[in-house]
Amino acid sequence: MTESILRLVDVTRTHGTGETAVHALRGVSLEVRPGELVAVMGPSGSGKSTLLNVAGGLDKVTSGEVLIEGEPLSTMSALQLAALRRRRVGFVFQDFNLIPSLTAGENVALPLELDGLSPRKARHFASDALDLVGLRELIDRFPDKMSGGQQQRVAIARALVGDRRLVMADEPTGALDSHTGEGVLRVLRERCDSGAAGLLVTHEARHAAWADRVVFLRDGVVVDTTGSPDEIHDLLAGAGH
Amino acid sequence: MSVKLGMLALLAEEPMYGAQLRSEFEGRTGGTWPLNVGQVYTTLARLERDGMVVQDAEPDEEGRIRYQLTDLGRTEVMAWWETPVRREETPRDELVIKLALAVTTPGVDVRAVVQTQRTATIRHLRDLTRVKTQASDRHTSEGEQRDLAWLLVVENLIFAAESEVRWLDHVESSLARAAAMPRRAAVTDGASPRMSTNQSGTNQPRNQSGTTQATTDSSSTDLQGAKK
Repeated sequence: MTESILRLVDVTRTHGTGETAVHALRGVSLEVRPGELVAVMGPSGSGKSTLLNVAGGLDKVTSGEVLIEGEPLSTMSALQLAALRRRRVGFVFQDFNLIPSLTAGENVALPLELDGLSPRKARHFASDALDLVGLRELIDRFPDKMSGGQQQRVAIARALVGDRRLVMADEPTGALDSHTGEGVLRVLRERCDSGAAGLLVTHEARHAAWADRVVFLRDGVVVDTTGSPDEIHDLLAGAGH
Repeated sequence: MSVKLGMLALLAEEPMYGAQLRSEFEGRTGGTWPLNVGQVYTTLARLERDGMVVQDAEPDEEGRIRYQLTDLGRTEVMAWWETPVRREETPRDELVIKLALAVTTPGVDVRAVVQTQRTATIRHLRDLTRVKTQASDRHTSEGEQRDLAWLLVVENLIFAAESEVRWLDHVESSLARAAAMPRRAAVTDGASPRMSTNQSGTNQPRNQSGTTQATTDSSSTDLQGAKK
C-alpha cells in the first residue's frame, strides 16, 4: 500500500488544564495518501480547524503523533517545522491570504524565495504552478485586479509550488459564489488526482462531496467516515451513459 | 416498504389493533402519509404470513384483532433503524417517516440514526459529484444537448442530496436545542401522546396510559455513541 503523506495517530489536543480544559481533539487517527482528497466535516466547535492546524504543524498535539511523509513532527524543532511548512505543506485559507503588493507570480514564488531559492528559479517554479491552475497568463497581475476565484486559484498554486505534495484547505470556497467555488474545488481535485494529498475542512456537503473520503468530527472525536469510493457504479442509466 | 417497516416499528412499542396502527402512523408522521384501512390490513396479513407479527389474542367482542411483533419482526425493525435508507432505490419520504418515528419511539438513538443517514447521503453525493465531473468534461468536449440534459438530472439529484444533509443537520441541532431546554413535567394529554427527547437523543419510555414519563434523568452513555 502506498505510504501516507499525512498520518495522525491517536492525536489529542487539549487547551488549558483542570476543570476548564477544552478537549479539542480526542484520539483522532487519520491517513491521507498520495492522490487522495479527504474532507473533514462537523459542526462548529467540533475540532475541524484544530485538526488542520496540528496536521500542518501550526499547533502542537497534546498526545499522539502527526507524521508527514513518514517523519514525526514531535521530533522537529521550531526551525525544522518552519522549513517543513515552506517546503512540504501548503495552506489555502478562506480569505486567500495573498499579499496585495506582490503579483500573482511573486505570491506563489514567495515560499521558495524565503527558503533561499533564487528569484529567477522561484519564478520558474511559480510559473509552472500557475500553469497547473490555468493562470500562467496572469503571472504579473496584482491580486486586486483578479476575481475572487482567480485569487483562490493563485493561493492553491502557492500551496503546491515546488515539490510540495500536501495541501490543507480551510473552507477554501467560503467567500466565493457557488460556480466559482466549484472551479476552485475542481482545481484542488485535479491536483490530488495528479498525486498530491489534500485535507479539506468544510461545513458544506456539496464541497465535501469532491473528496474521496469524508470524515465526520464531533466533540473532537471521529464519529464516522464514508470510506473510499468503489468504482463508480451505475448510478444513472440512460442518456447514452 | 416504509409503510410495512413503519407499522413494525409501531408494534415494537406495544401490541395494537389495525385502526390504532393507522392513526398512530398518520399522527406521528404529521399526516404526510395517509393510509387507508385496507392498506393497513393487507400489510398486516402479509406481515403475519411472513412471520413478523402474530395475533396476540382472540378477537374482542367487536371482532377487532390485536397484533404483536414476533422476534423476527423485532429483528427487522432493529435492522431498519441501523441501516441507511438507500437513496438510489426508495422514495425519499421513507427518511421523513423514519425520523418522525425515531424521534417518537422509545429506545432509539436518534443521533445515531441521523449520522448513519448523513454518512450514506454524503457518500451518495460524492458519487454523484464524480459522475457529474466526468459528464461535464464530456459535455465540454462534445457539447451535446443530450449530455447537458443528463447533467441537469444529475445536478437535481445533487441538490436533493445536499438538501437532505442540511435537513439532517437541522434535525440534529433541533434535538440538541430540545435537550438543552429545561425538562418539562409529564405530558398529561393522553389523547395525543408525544415523546420528548432526553439529552442523549434517545427517547424516554412511555407508560401504559400513553403519557410521557417524567424521568428525572436518563442521560445515558450513548450521548457520544453516534457511531455504533
